[in-house]
Parts: sequence; structure tokens; C-alpha cells
Amino acid sequence: MTPNLHLWLLPVLPLVGAAINGLFGKRFNRRAVAAVALIFSGSAFLIALWVASQLPKMSSLPHVETVAGWLRAGTFRADFSFYLDQLSVVMLLVVTGVGFLIHVYSVGYMWEEGGYYRFFSYLNLFMFFMLVLVLAGNYLLLFVGWEGVGLASYLLIGFFFLRDSAAAAGKKAFIVNRVGDFGFLLALFLIIQHFGTLDFDKVFAAVEPYQGETAGFGFLTAIALLLTMGACGKSAQIPLYVWLPDAMEGPTPVSALIHAATMVTAGVYMVARSHVIFERAPSALMVVAIIGALTAFFAATIGIAQTDIKKVLAYSTISQLGYMFLACGVAAFSAGIFHLMTHAFFKGLLFLAAGSVIHSIGGEQDMRKMGGLRTRIPGTFWTMTVATFAIAGIPPFAGFFSKDEILWRAYQASWAYWLVGLLTAFITSFYMFRLWFLTFFGQYRGSAVASHSHVQPAPGVIEVANQRPRVGEAENAQARGLSGTPVQESRGHEHGGIHESPTVMLVPLAILAVLSLVGGWIGVPGSLGGSNRFDKFLGPVFRSTTPALTQEHERPAESVPPERETEGAEPQTGHGTELVFTAISVITAFAGFGLAFLLYWKRPELPDQIAASFHGIYQAVANKYWIDEVYAVIFVKPLISVSALVFWRGIDQGVIDATIDGSAEGARELSDNLRHMQSGNLRSYAGWVAIGATGVIAYMLWVGMR
Amino acid sequence: MNGLDSAILTLITFVPAAGALLLVLVPRRDRDIRVFALGISLLALALSLHLPDHFHRDQAGFQFEQNVPWIPAPNIHYHMGIDGISLWLVLLTTFLTPLCVLISWRSIHERVKEFFILLLLLETGLIGVFVALDLFLFYFFWEATLIPMALLIGVFGHERRVYAAVKFFLYTMIASVFMLAAILWLYAKTGSFDFTTVQTAIRGGGVEGMAAAAPWLFLGFFIAFAVKVPLFPVHTWLPDAHVEAPTAGSVLLAGVLLKMGTYGMLRFNLGLFPEQSRLNAPWIAILAMVGIIYGALVAMVQPNLKKLIAYSSISHLGFVVLGIFSFTSAGLNGAMFIMLAHGVSTGALFMLAGVIYERRHTYQISQFGGLATPMPAYSTFFLFIVLASLGLPLLNGFIGEFLVLSGAFQARTWWGVIATTGVIWSACYLLWMYQRVFFGAVTHAENLSLRDLDLHERVALWPTAVMALAMGVAPLLWLNAIAPAVDSTLAPFTQLARRVAR
Repeated sequence: MTPNLHLWLLPVLPLVGAAINGLFGKRFNRRAVAAVALIFSGSAFLIALWVASQLPKMSSLPHVETVAGWLRAGTFRADFSFYLDQLSVVMLLVVTGVGFLIHVYSVGYMWEEGGYYRFFSYLNLFMFFMLVLVLAGNYLLLFVGWEGVGLASYLLIGFFFLRDSAAAAGKKAFIVNRVGDFGFLLALFLIIQHFGTLDFDKVFAAVEPYQGETAGFGFLTAIALLLTMGACGKSAQIPLYVWLPDAMEGPTPVSALIHAATMVTAGVYMVARSHVIFERAPSALMVVAIIGALTAFFAATIGIAQTDIKKVLAYSTISQLGYMFLACGVAAFSAGIFHLMTHAFFKGLLFLAAGSVIHSIGGEQDMRKMGGLRTRIPGTFWTMTVATFAIAGIPPFAGFFSKDEILWRAYQASWAYWLVGLLTAFITSFYMFRLWFLTFFGQYRGSAVASHSHVQPAPGVIEVANQRPRVGEAENAQARGLSGTPVQESRGHEHGGIHESPTVMLVPLAILAVLSLVGGWIGVPGSLGGSNRFDKFLGPVFRSTTPALTQEHERPAESVPPERETEGAEPQTGHGTELVFTAISVITAFAGFGLAFLLYWKRPELPDQIAASFHGIYQAVANKYWIDEVYAVIFVKPLISVSALVFWRGIDQGVIDATIDGSAEGARELSDNLRHMQSGNLRSYAGWVAIGATGVIAYMLWVGMR
Repeated sequence: MNGLDSAILTLITFVPAAGALLLVLVPRRDRDIRVFALGISLLALALSLHLPDHFHRDQAGFQFEQNVPWIPAPNIHYHMGIDGISLWLVLLTTFLTPLCVLISWRSIHERVKEFFILLLLLETGLIGVFVALDLFLFYFFWEATLIPMALLIGVFGHERRVYAAVKFFLYTMIASVFMLAAILWLYAKTGSFDFTTVQTAIRGGGVEGMAAAAPWLFLGFFIAFAVKVPLFPVHTWLPDAHVEAPTAGSVLLAGVLLKMGTYGMLRFNLGLFPEQSRLNAPWIAILAMVGIIYGALVAMVQPNLKKLIAYSSISHLGFVVLGIFSFTSAGLNGAMFIMLAHGVSTGALFMLAGVIYERRHTYQISQFGGLATPMPAYSTFFLFIVLASLGLPLLNGFIGEFLVLSGAFQARTWWGVIATTGVIWSACYLLWMYQRVFFGAVTHAENLSLRDLDLHERVALWPTAVMALAMGVAPLLWLNAIAPAVDSTLAPFTQLARRVAR
């Protein structure tokens, strides 16, 4: 018998927290607000753990629980139904686990900010929608979560709404996502048209008999491409990635939770969830893979030249999401989800640690004004180091295993994917160690923290590095900070000096650091003596359908552990080849480290020289290839001027209203003229009568003559 | 059927009018007048709650019917009744009117008595339009709404009120003449004004000259309704009327009056002339789609808050018309749902615009900016309604929009594709407006000391917010009453489609 797991509790608990803080939080003190937020997000995590523990007992998966009907029209209906399988369990644990840790961190980070209750209400609201998203039993409910996390993102990016840039970034995120949602909605309409339902189980069952649309462009390909469009919006892929860098306007814990660990991976989750459709649409899969590979590479190159620590991480996130897309595109869905999970650990950690850095030096985000923080904030330094090694793909950290699996699977599909992925891995390693060196090594380049309100524009990265840091002052300030109150300093406020973050912020960092280290060990491939338990765990989800794809590289054997997988086509090259590729990946990661070491430690004058000699390329990269400007010229400005000048002033006022006012004017003139007939003059009346009579007689004559 | 059930519609319809008559006798003590008007509108609301409570949701035909001969020659009946389509429109009217009274509590301080008399008369007219089942009676109520509304705009409006009132009056009056002609033609041929009699006669095929006249009859009704909706390109009366109207006038104008047009299309165009509806659907759908996009884009560049909301109504009502002329179950259900959702959320938007007008005496967006700081509660309500209006799932706007778009997509793929771009445009104009009004630092010193919502305003706004959420979470409460009526409206179309297929 299948037990009732009351899955609805999972999303509803954070919703209750959000409602309590949102409606009454204004009257609570900060402790109470934090308690409410932590209790409701924490209990969701506990329930998620319990649900995961129940999984082996389930007689049949996926397990669907329908709570209530939602809407109905004709034969179409959609319910509030929740869907549990291995994939949703992974997502559940990531969302609630990382989510809870970031809640804890935020208690310290946001302590000094205004709108404390508002922040936690939004954060809990986000958890609600994200859990709806990963638990939804049909596409429509998934769309509820999908739009809802977009709302939470909008609210949280614009949290500091007094800043115009924050307000604009929130709006931009929402609107760009809506462009993706346009595709998503059309995909839903197509699904309804063909299958009459949006329930996952029914849709997937209905799709299974179809053969892969290898020949051309069938409706499954159309659905898959439209879903991809939606995913590109949410997961910040080309061409819809432009909102994510701006989203860094939000408080840093928000960047960690929403714009790194969870929400932005929703597109990957959705594609993986829809794998039954995608597997039958090879051309759509190819599009996904190409988008992913291009985005990974493209965003990584931008990451090289960014000076804002959060912007580097933002482009890095876009790039890593590209890897996940690439994995999905080569039908290696479990590899994509594996990377999604490890990325949630190390990228969440990177953002939180970056937040801790920013926090410690009073709100400065420019890496040119950091440096030498290794000894000042050792806790932050060590955790961030773990995360940096993880994302750079250095074994045995988590990112190594997941990224390597993606690269290997990409190679099996096409060497081109692999090469782009490898180049990206090199760039990733380089820009992450660049960040690491700039932030933690060398000498502190910022002005004394207490007076950092004036910010000098610095043309090059290293120029500032040569300024003599006022170490003494900073140390004094630090001493004051340590001996002072435990209360956290606010970003941009008067500041007590460089200081380590409080325990409430460091504990989540430590936990995530451990996860970033060991998180990959559940997916050790056979070539390295493991058994890729993660892949096996997700196997049932992605095995359920394996259509015979005609294209050779579309390997259907997703569920088969890699060591056996290779036996089919190329039995002899199995582990040996894979090990060679692993070695190449590792060398690449170290090469990135080496280059960063050379440029930002050994020869710090080099980057400026390089930037000067490749001025054009450097400018293009530093200015993010001017994509925002291009979009503004192509889309935003024409839309506004056409709407204002052609539609409103032109058609509305110039044509329609002018016609109507004109006809009113005409009617008035006509009646004015008619009024003159009633002159009161008897003779003129007689004249009119005569004219009228003549007309009548003429008419009668004409009729009679016919 | 007990006695109350047959008289209930009459009661609901005429309680406000009776209240208005009594108001004539009440002495000019403004406070008493307000309280009295509120009481009357609440009484009408309470009575109307009887309807969904006793409505048989599994039945398709008219319920709570009352049919008595009124004038023998011409043969006019006092025939009232509702089905799932008109049921909720009556409720929408009675729901919004008390809120209109509340929101006018302070903003109207001259000629208070006349104001509330007009408001209550307007309510009677609006309800009458939805419950009348005799074409003559329908036309009577239809035109009866014009006078109080035009007076509300012309007397209690802002600077250019007379121009706007006359434009509104003439625009819709002239269009209505075509409908009157069509009604009289039908009476001449069938000898009856009764909706069901006429419908049966037409469907039976026994109406002489019908084949030749049908296109013109369809157009006659359609022109009157299209102006009321308003459909592009006959929409230009709406922005002017809204900008000049007092808040309560705008709320009822956008909330209910526009739906007279879409209701009429559903009831008369589709109900009486299914074949003509099918033939004319292609160009009507195109106009509706133009309205969706054009309305949204023009809304985006409005410097005036109220005009922005007015153009957004044109966009939303475009969805309704598109849904109706998709002739799909999803489309019609969705169209009905948008009518209700739009009534609630746009009504609320106009109330919110009124709140700031009362404080600043302007609707110019450039005069605001950073209002979230002095007015947090106001900005929260505003955001909630903006989200409802742009179709955020779990709020009311989404349900109807999704169904309509899905229906349009089923009818013609490219209709769905074009109309679905609306979800992008609505986010653009609403969020951009919200940013300019509420975010950033306060740029005008006089905005620093604005007071937040007062009690009356809160009491008026809370029901709309709760309703927006309830309709988004539990739309079945509404849809399950709408569905049978939609099905019976669509029945001739499925037959037609089958015949065409053969």
C-alpha cells in the first residue's frame, strides 16, 4: 500500500511563515521574525528528509498525491497534485537544505538592514513557490511555481528599492523571464492540444509510444523547443541570460539562494523532467546542447574581465548552467542534475562567502579594492577556498566529478561539445583563481573601511594594487570590531573595520564547504573505482523510456552505469579512454590555476599590459560584448518610440480621434447650416417649400416614367 | 420554486433604485447620505448572495425566472432570469458598488446626495442589463445606464469632464441605435421581444427573411457591443471617460459597464446568430488581438496613471473577445473568468489611482516616484493588484488568461501565438509603471508627507485583494456555475462544426 506522505505540507509550511511575517512581522522584533522564518523553512527541510527516507518503502514511483481540483474547462482539468520520484527528492533536498542554510546565514547578514521582516517573508515565499515547482504533478502547477519564484526573485532583487538600479534590475528579470514564459505557455497549449491534459504521468504515458522525430520537425520537437525557450529565461541561457548579472542588485544571500543554487536551475530541472519529450526530439536536444555549450563558454569569457566580485560569480553561474544544459542536450540528464546539485553547494557557498567578504569590508564589491583578506577573515577564506577548488574542477572536490561526467558524456556526443566544455573549464578555473588571488592574497588595496564611502574609479585592475594600504588604520578598526558588540554591521554603513563574520553566518559556510568537498563522492564513476550511485539512484526516472534514437551519439543508456555503458559500442576503450579524458580535465583545471597564479601573484603587472595590447577584445569582454546596449537599441527603444509616436500619438489621437472629432465638427457645421434655414423669414420658408415641392414632383415624374 | 426565488432578481435590481428614490427625500446631511447609500448597496449585495447559494450549478437554462406580461401591444414582457453567465456579473456589480460608496466617502464632498443617487441608479441599470431576458427590457436597461454614467462623468469629473461625458454618451448612444434597429426587425418578424422565444424561432428556421437579414442583424448587435467593450478601433472614448470620471465612476465603468459589451456578444451574437458569429470570427479575432497588443503598448507609454489603466482594460477586454470568438470551451470559460477577474482587479486599480489622486490631485506618473517610502501599505496593495492584473498564477488574472489563450490556440494556432505575447506586454507596462510610481527615492518633496491608507480605503481595498486571491486559488467555485451555460451556448457551434466537417 502506498502511504500518504502529505506532500502538500512541504510548500505550505514556508507559505505560512511568509504570511505570518508578511502580515504581522512589522510588529515583531528581529529575533521573532528570524525564528518564524527559520522554524517554517527548517521544518520543511525536516519533512523533506523524512520523505526521502520513505522513498525505499514506496511500492510505486512516481507517487502522485492530488489534494484538490484547481480549474476545469470542457474536458481539460488541472489539479493541485504533487509528484514524487527520485528526481523530485533530489530537488527537494537541495532546495530545502541549501535554502535553510541560507536562511540561517541571512539572519546574521541582514541583521542591520531595514525591512527585516519583509526580507524573510519574501525568502519564505520563495521557498513556497520553489517547492511547488519541484513537487508539481502537472505542467500548470509547475508553471505556478515557475512564475512564483520569478515573483520572489523580482521582490528580492528590488529589495533595496530606494536604489533605482535595484528596482530596474528586478523589473528586467521579470520581463525577460516573461519572454521565456511566452514559449513555455505555448508549449503547454501544444501539449493540451495533443494530449488534452498537463498531468506529468498522463502526458509522459501518451508520449512514450511515439518514435523519435528524427526525420524532421514534428510537434514533439515544437513542444521541446518551446519548453527550451522557457528554460532559457529561467536558467539564464543565451539569448535570455541578460537579467541574471543585473540580479546581483539583490542582497547577497538572495543571489546565493535564488540566483545560484535553486531558482535558476529550474530550467534544467524542467528539461530533465520532460526528458520523455526531449528524447523524442533530437533536433531540440541538439539546440539545448548548443545553447548550453555556447552559453557556458560565452559567459565564462565575460567572467574574466569583471571586477565586481558578485558579477564574476553571476557570469560563472550562467556558465555553469550552460554545462547543465549541455548535459541535458546530450541526453545525460542525471549528469546535469548531478552538476545541479554540486553547483548548488559550491556556488551557494561562493556567494555566501563573497557576501561574508563584502560584509567584512563594509560593503565593497570591487575586487580591485580587496586583497590580503586571507588572514583577516580566515573562516571565510578557507570555506571559499574549498568552493573555488570545487568549481575549478580539482579532484576530489564535488565539482570535479559532476563536471567531468558532463565532459565525458559530451565527448561521446560530439568532440566539439567536449572541446568547448574543456575550454570553458580552463577559463572557469582561471577566473575563479583570479578572484581568489585578488580577494585573499597580496595586500589590502581598499581604503580604510570606516571611510570607504568615496569610491575612486580605477581604470586597471592592478593600478590600485600598488597603492599603499593603510594597514594600521584597518587593523585598529578590526580590533575595535572584535572587541565591540556582536551586532552585525550593515553594508555601506559606518563600519568597525575588517572583521570575520559571526557564527551564525560561518556555520552555513562550513556545512556547505563540507558538502562542496564530499558532495561529489556519491557520483564517482566506474573508471575511478566508484559505482556512480547518484546515476543509479536517478536511473528509474530517466530509464522509464528509451526510444531508439537513430542518431548515433544520442545514447539512450542513461540509466546504465557508465562502466557498462561504454561496453556496448566500444568495449575495449572503456575505462582507459575515460581516464585519459579525466586526466585532461584535471590538467586543464590546474592550468587555469597556473595562469591565474602567474598573472595575479607572480607578475601582477601583466594583466594591464595584456589588456592594453588586446585593447579591442578587452573592451568587448569588459563591456559584456555590449549585449545590453544592443538589446536596448533593437528592442526597448523602438518599442517605446513606436508605441508613443505611431500608436498613441499617431493612430489613437491622429487618426481615430481626429476622425471622430472631425465628424462631430462636420455634424455641427451641417446643423449650423441647416439652422440658417429657420430664419423666421416667411419668404425664405416659402422658397424652401417651393424647392421641396419641386423635388417631390421631379421624383414622382421619374418614378412614373420608368 | 418558492416565492423568493421568482422575485429575487426584481428585488436585487430595484433595491438600489428604490434607495435612490428614498435618498431624494433624505435631508442633505452628507454623512447620513453616505451611510444610507452604503446600507442600500450592502443590502443589494446581501440579497444577491442568495443567487449563488441557491443556483443549480448543474443546470444550463435560465433560473430565478420571472416572466409577466408588461405591455400587451407591443408585446413586451417583464422577463428576468439568469444563467451561469449572468449570475456572476450580477454579483460583480453588487460586490463593487459598496466599495464604490466607501472609496467616495471623502473624495466626494459636493453634491453628495446627487452623486449617490446617480451611483445607485447606475447599479440598477447595470444589474438590469444582465438579468433582462426581454429584448425591449434589455435595451431599456442598456440605455438607462448611459444617463447616470454620463452625469457622473460630466458633473463630478475632472477638468475636461464635459468633453469626455459627451464623447462617451454619443459614441455609445449612436452605436446602440444599430442594436435597436436589429431588435425591432426581430420583433417585426417574430412578434416577440422575448429572448428565448426569438432564439427558438431563429433556431427553428421559421423566421422569414432571416437568411438575408442575419448578417445585418449580427452587425447591428455587434456594433453596439463592440463600442461598449471597447474593441479597437472604436475605443477612444474610454481613456477620456476614465481620466475624467470620478473614482467610483471609473470603477463601475471598467469593472462592470465594459462587460455589458462582452456579455452582449456572448448572449446575443453567439446566442442568436451562431452561423454569423462563425463567419465573422476571423476579423473580430484580429481586432481583438490588435486590441490586446495595441492597448498594452499604448498603455506602456502613457504619462497618466489612469489612462494607463484605461488602455490596459482595452488590452484585457481584447482577451475576452478573442476567447468568445474562439468558440471553444476553454475560450468561453476563460472569457467569462477574465470579465470577473478584470472587474475585481481593474476596479481595485482605479480605486488605488483614486487614493493617490485625492492626495496629490494629479494622475501624472512623473509627479510620483518613491511612494513606497511614505505609503507602505498603499504600495503593498498596489503591488498585489498589479500582480493579479498581469496574470500571476494563484491570482485571478491568470486563470482566465490561460484558458482564453489555450482556447484561442486550439481555434487557430497563430491566434494563440499572437495573443500570448500579451503576457510579455502586460508585465512591461505594469511593472514599469510600478517602478516609476513606487521605487527609487522620493523625488517630489510634497510626496514625503503623504498619509498612508485610511480606514475607509482599507475596508474598500481588502475585499478586492481577498477576492483576487480566492478567484485564483479556487476558480472552480465560479467555473462550475459558468460551465453549463457555456456548454449550451456552444452547442450550436459544435453542430455547425460537424456540418462544416461533413
